[in-house]
Order: sequence, then structure tokens, then C-alpha cells
Amino acid sequence: MALDKNGIAQRIAKEIKDGYYVNLGIGIPTLVANFVRDDIQVEFQSENGILGMGPFPIDGEEDADLINAGKQTITALPGASFFDSAMSFGMIRGQHVDLTILGAMEVAENGDIANWKIPGKMVKGMGGAMDLVASAENIIVAMMHTNKAGDSKLLKRCSLPLTGVGCVTKIVTNLAVIEVTENGFKLLERAPGVSVEEIENATEGKLIVEGDVPEMKLQ
Amino acid sequence: MIIKTVDNVQDALKDAKDGMTFMLGGFGLSGIPENAISELVRLNLKNLTCISNNAGVDDFGLGQLLHKKQIDKMVSSYVGENAIFEKQMLSGELDVELIPQGTLAARCQAAQQGFPAIYTPAGYGTEVAQGKETREFDGKMYVLEEAFKADFAFVKAWKGDKAGNLIFKGTARNFNPVMCGSAKITVAEVEELVEPGELDPNHIHIPGILVQRIFQGKDYEKRIEQRTVRQKA
Repeated sequence: MALDKNGIAQRIAKEIKDGYYVNLGIGIPTLVANFVRDDIQVEFQSENGILGMGPFPIDGEEDADLINAGKQTITALPGASFFDSAMSFGMIRGQHVDLTILGAMEVAENGDIANWKIPGKMVKGMGGAMDLVASAENIIVAMMHTNKAGDSKLLKRCSLPLTGVGCVTKIVTNLAVIEVTENGFKLLERAPGVSVEEIENATEGKLIVEGDVPEMKLQ
Repeated sequence: MIIKTVDNVQDALKDAKDGMTFMLGGFGLSGIPENAISELVRLNLKNLTCISNNAGVDDFGLGQLLHKKQIDKMVSSYVGENAIFEKQMLSGELDVELIPQGTLAARCQAAQQGFPAIYTPAGYGTEVAQGKETREFDGKMYVLEEAFKADFAFVKAWKGDKAGNLIFKGTARNFNPVMCGSAKITVAEVEELVEPGELDPNHIHIPGILVQRIFQGKDYEKRIEQRTVRQKA
């Protein structure tokens, strides 16, 4: 069965290693924090200016001066720090953040990503996404495999304006875990009960399938 | 010691004019200079260029200036919270320059610190880099981005002293420190204005040299855009 958004987040959480500083984008990536093992040390960065971001505040304790990049009220954990926007993107450009997890509208088989603009329809802006994808070494995209119309979001080439070029390293969708390689999308894992054929049918870009592809383990 | 205080927001903005370029601190509605924005609405200045990460919401923050069509051009990284904005942009009424958030901060900081331009990898290979100089360093491509030029920077701090030294709170810090000293005149409004000597110099985030005018702000609404909470376990 294909994963839901929480399932995608749960699978991505397994990519987070002990000692990682992690930037989580808006949407599915935000859910990842709920599934990180509690026996490892991880700090979440939000690019509006906090390291050591904690869960949502208890009802009544929310603070307008303490929000995440999605403008949601949050808390700061022990050991947290606040900083200005230049420092925040300094630590991103300087590659001090170990892992970036963000959503996308399209990813191409060469690692290009588009997630900020649909010409003539939707222009919200790129926020920090262009800085993140241009700088981070380890970029995981969290998204559904197809869009609402059923079209593949894993393409030969992106059709929408790009956010970054050749930067995505891994993609976790409701159907599969895929690595972006020099030769195209390499299928690493299938969602439980999803066949290789289903994934092939939902992938427009070149999909490399080698041997038996294991099912994802979420725990 | 050099005293930077002005009596109120009217004094602080007395020489703000039509057609000027303003920087405004804040991320979303957090840390925005509420008093300066209210005064800009009251003065009804027109043909403004505003450099600000976001554009407020329909009825608060910069949304109030958009509503009165005071802004000709916005320079921002994310404007998704504002329906008036989207309408004015798609109709061509409003000129919009969308730039990466880190580039926005870097162009402010460059202005603050005397760099004419900086190289950043952000936006390389995208429409953001079109028409801009690019250059390779150590096998990676970068885009040349110029320092901003602005007439006023309006920032909001938590505490400040009469010498213009500032301390920010939480994530309301955001773009405020990098806009200090990045325009011809920096106007700081603070929740709590104290006498020089009352703030520990070890705790100052921005030294007063970067601030030309400071005043005690009032009536802060500090609106929350996305109130997200959990229940007590």
C-alpha cells in the first residue's frame, strides 16, 4: 500500500543520524521531527533563526516572538540558540547543516528541483529553498510520486522554473525511496505492497532497477 | 555617549518621502516594525519600494500599505500569505522582485558592511541568475549579487538604550539586525527603551553606531500567523 504523508516522514526520519543538524522544509518535512529516534542527538534548524527547535507550545504558552519558517508557533529546547537571517544562511551556505529535507513539485533525473513557482498561476516565492538546495550536500525531497492530476513528479526534465540544479540526492515518495545517480533515478526501496511495475508506471524519468528491490522498513 | 532618541514615530519618520526605498525587518509578522508601518500608512506615502522578506497579510503589516496602493515595488523572498499582493502582482500593478532569502540577508549585510556585492551559489542555473554575472570558484558556480541601496531601514527590537544599542528576542530577530546600518537612516523602535548603562554591553546584538534614531514603541499587537499548539500531556 502506498504510504501517507506520515509514512513518508517516518521513512525519511531513518535517514537522520546521530549528531546531525537538520533543516526541515514546510509540509511533509515538518512531520519528520515526530519520528526521529529518541536515542540519538539531533538539532533542527529553522532558517528564520533558531537551532534546537522543539515541539509546538502547550496551549496558552504560544509566543509571537518564537516561530518556525512556516510561521507556526514553536518552542526552543535546552541548548537552543537564536540568530539573525545572515547567520542562519551563513551556516547553510557554509555547509554546517548536515541534512536538508524539503518538498518539491518536480524533480528531474539529473537532480534538478522545482518547487517555487507555477508561471501565471502561483507565485509564492522561493523563501530559503534556493539557498538550501544550492549549498547543502545532502538533500532529501519528500513528496507524493504523482500530482493531483496523476502525472509523474519524477521527470526527465523539470517543466517548471527551477529552484536548483543537480542538487537532489534522494527522494522519498508514497511509493518508493529513490537515489539520484549520474545515470538517473535508482530505485532503492518500494513502499510496502507496492510493485516495481507500479513505480515504473508512475515515474516519467529514467528509473534504474537492479535485482530484487526490498520493501521499506519504517521502524 | 551619543544619544539617538526621538520623541515618537512621527519624529522618526519626519523626512520619509514619496518614491523612497525602505527596508523593513521581520519574518512573517514576527519582529515587524509595527509603529513605523502604521506611520507610513498614516503619511500615505506613495510610489514606495519596500525590501522585506515577506509582505504581511491582507490587513496587517505591509499588507496595509499594499491595500492603499502605496507600494510600487516589493523585494521579497516569500509572499504566499497575501491575497492582495498576489492580485496586484498578477495584474502587473505591483512590480515584484523575488529573491532567495539568504541572498536577501546577504545583500542587506553587504550594504551594512561596505561590500558592493557578494557571490552566492543560491539561484545559479535558475531565472534568479538571469542577466547576472556568474563565476566559478573551486569547481562550483556562484552568482554576483549587489548590495541594496535604501533610504530608510525600519527595524524592531525587544530592548534598546538611548545610545541606540539593541537586543532582539527569539526569532523576532530575523532580518532586523542585518538591516541596521544598511540604509542611509536606520530607525529602531523598541518594546522597552532604557537609559544607557542599563543594558549589559556583553548582551548587545547591534551596537548603536548602526542606528540613527530610536524610540519607545507602543501598542504592539504582535499578531500570530499560524497558532500551532499541543495539549498538555
